[in-house]
Amino acid sequence: MRARSHPTGGAWWRSARALVFVCALAPALRLVLWPVFDLAGANPVEFVTRSSGTWTLVMLCLTLALSPLRRLTGWSEWIRLRRMLGLFTFFYAVLHVLTWLWLDQWFDLVGMVRDIIDRPFITVGFVAFLLMIPLAATSTDAMIRRLGRRWGQLHRLIYLIAPLAILHYLWHKSGKNDYAEVSIYAAVLGVLLGLRVLFRWRRRASAHSPRS
Amino acid sequence: MLIRISDTTEPNGSEITSERAYFNRRRWLASTVAGLAGSATSASVLGAAPGAPDAKSVAAAPARKILQGDDPKAQRLAATPSELSTIERPTSYKWVTTYNNFYEFGTDKDDPPRHAHRLRVRPWTIEVEGAVARSRTFDIEELLRMAPLEERIYRMRCVEGWSMVIPWIGFPLSELIRRAEPTGSAKYLEFITLADPKQMPGLRSPVIEWPYTEGLRMDEAMHPLTLLTLGLYGQVLPNQNGAPVRLVVPWKYGFKSSKSLVKIRFLDKQPVTSWMKSSPTEYGFYSNVNPGVDHPRWSQASERRIGEDGFMARKRPTLMFNGYGAQVASLYSGMDLTRFI
Repeated sequence: MRARSHPTGGAWWRSARALVFVCALAPALRLVLWPVFDLAGANPVEFVTRSSGTWTLVMLCLTLALSPLRRLTGWSEWIRLRRMLGLFTFFYAVLHVLTWLWLDQWFDLVGMVRDIIDRPFITVGFVAFLLMIPLAATSTDAMIRRLGRRWGQLHRLIYLIAPLAILHYLWHKSGKNDYAEVSIYAAVLGVLLGLRVLFRWRRRASAHSPRS
Repeated sequence: MLIRISDTTEPNGSEITSERAYFNRRRWLASTVAGLAGSATSASVLGAAPGAPDAKSVAAAPARKILQGDDPKAQRLAATPSELSTIERPTSYKWVTTYNNFYEFGTDKDDPPRHAHRLRVRPWTIEVEGAVARSRTFDIEELLRMAPLEERIYRMRCVEGWSMVIPWIGFPLSELIRRAEPTGSAKYLEFITLADPKQMPGLRSPVIEWPYTEGLRMDEAMHPLTLLTLGLYGQVLPNQNGAPVRLVVPWKYGFKSSKSLVKIRFLDKQPVTSWMKSSPTEYGFYSNVNPGVDHPRWSQASERRIGEDGFMARKRPTLMFNGYGAQVASLYSGMDLTRFI
């Protein structure tokens, strides 16, 4: 496939970015408005907890889809959405943790610490969240410049965060032996991570083979 | 046979409700009587009511109307209010009938209300077998006439950490047990829920082993609070709530209250329930509501009352035996309830 280029700062690109931004923010509006207008069902806190968790995973999948997309379509502009979607992943994770911290635990420190220690699915989820903080903190241009090569190394943490997030969801669902939704996310992330391994392996193979 | 019923069948009022609320209700009953009887008698009734609430004065008071749902098509069920009811505010009919765990119709809360219309509730029978004088079958119409129907407003605490207050209609399970004539070796009861893939789409998923089975010890089953339930909110049970006949055991987590019963087995040994097979570390045979024993994946110390503890409200503390300790604690005397979960 032939690589095409677009005017990087053009109006087309700006409106496309704005559209992605609005779409990514829409679930957050629903998250706040549904409980306010009594549309979130019998258990609004459960609704907000689950919805914010779901959208964290969706954003994570979308973020990780961009570099394989660049490779598969040959269109490099995909990657320019990565920071925004990555930060949206963090944004929904913050809402998810905040719901637990505030609406579920009411900042009861003892209860929270007990939850983190006693319950493996919360332990794993919390670790995944903590690992996301340095990634969000180093997402600025200045930090990218300052960290140089180490920036890339640091951001490989996402390959640890993604499986932890899946494990968190899987353990949460294990009580009902209901793995239908978890396995969808696991499969998508599996493909996205698998593609990276495949691409790397191919690159290495082609680097070692004699050129024709 | 080991049938032990609490010595005090009369509930301890202060245990169920606050004393103030209790007397407020007495006063309300009394003032209703007064209103009907005229002002001449009101002084004496009011004077007597708060100090000495005895059975006679309650019997003399006009029966409180039983609570009605807001589905005009529902088939009504007559009942009389029970003294075993809590006076806590009942959860709205809407939430009681739309936020349901009934895995035979799917594991999401809104699956049962969406799919339970496929359940055929007539004809319906409950088979009784095992350690009984003779195996027999009770027809649903027979059950509806078996004993006087009472409205029992009970707290319902789900193991997932939420609770409701539901006006059930039914009669003590002991009425059925007596008619089943259990033999001396009957120590436990096993309850079996319908499992028909044609009516129940949830059976396709291997969440737990179907049919859904639950169990009680004989003394638990004979306890006056244990209700064989045929209705709620003044009507026959909606399908998603376990129509046409289910169990309600208010001091245990909700899953112990089996729905859509088709069989009751009397056994000499403790049965292994569906949940015990599925997650033995998470769900024990007793599963009494106990704020001191956490579920492996969440704390049981507090609960969210559906419809009341809304978006910006703290959870309320969970009570031992769901607040029915005065009536049922004696069933478990000498047992370590952190071990017998």
